[in-house]
Amino acid sequence: MSFINYSSREINCKIVYYGPGLCGKTTNLQYVYKKTNPEQKGKLISLATETERTLFFDFLPLALGDIKGFKVRFHLYTVPGQVFYAASRKLILKGVDGVVFVADSQIERMEANIESLDDLRINLAEQGYELDKLPYTIQHNKRDLSNVAPLENMNKLLNSRKVPWFEGCAVTGVGVFETLKNVAKQVLIELKKHY
Amino acid sequence: MIDEELQRLFHQASAKVVFLVDKNGQLIASAGETRDIDTTSLASLTAGNIAATGGIARLLGEKEFTILFHEGEKDNIHISLIGQRVILVVIFDKRSSLGLVRLRVKKASEALVRIFHEITSKADKEKSEGKLDESPFAEISDEDIDNLFK
Repeated sequence: MSFINYSSREINCKIVYYGPGLCGKTTNLQYVYKKTNPEQKGKLISLATETERTLFFDFLPLALGDIKGFKVRFHLYTVPGQVFYAASRKLILKGVDGVVFVADSQIERMEANIESLDDLRINLAEQGYELDKLPYTIQHNKRDLSNVAPLENMNKLLNSRKVPWFEGCAVTGVGVFETLKNVAKQVLIELKKHY
Repeated sequence: MIDEELQRLFHQASAKVVFLVDKNGQLIASAGETRDIDTTSLASLTAGNIAATGGIARLLGEKEFTILFHEGEKDNIHISLIGQRVILVVIFDKRSSLGLVRLRVKKASEALVRIFHEITSKADKEKSEGKLDESPFAEISDEDIDNLFK
């Protein structure tokens, strides 16, 4: 749930990047961090293992600007993708306002994508959320690789709700800001409905 | 009221910084020398810490662990869960002591629980009487949203 601080006139929203291990969630955040003006961003915090796999979460606060005199901030989080970090993954979803599902486009990762999406649904339900009611965007990442599945197939498998989706290559930044903007916009529209 | 209580705790516990975070990692209020501290990151990490500790507690059959304490070479941090919904963080150095901080935190927690209770019942009452102010966000236009991303 968005956090509105009337005394400091701030709106804080939480966006979580979800997806299977090595799909590029952290890379998305790193690209956003690299390309944002210093005055708009906080530190990028990565709680990672020695081999740079996310252990608990990555965190990046972004200040986008003002709406009706309120400072709008987005807190971007990633979850650890690896299957055995399930317990930690659940915790990050607390208080989420919007979800980005980063799918790995490589054919051999389709099963991992499906498994991760099921895991997302279950974990959200445990926190009392329904994926079908949350602001939600999908990024089909790694489109630059040669062994990728056709987009049509990926959408059939992963996007039954037909939410907005983008092609991505997070390493070079393709689709990164488009994805973020889309989910942020959905979050703000949701905010408008509820307050 | 919350700010006043934090200020009081800050002085009485001889702390460096005191702040209040909600369980989702959002900073609610702070008191003390916050200038040199990245409070946003600290808030998010503290909430992560409490969430992880809560996970461990449940695995062990405990409801939750309400106090965390980390000792450093210079600074120490005392984290406590208040009324199961907000996290009170006190950072202190050798000018204070763990005993003093624990004592003052306990007192402040009781006061804060009372304040939160008052706020909640007041909000519920206003809601039931239909007195809630019109929210500024009802009028957000698509243009406002688009402007953020220019």
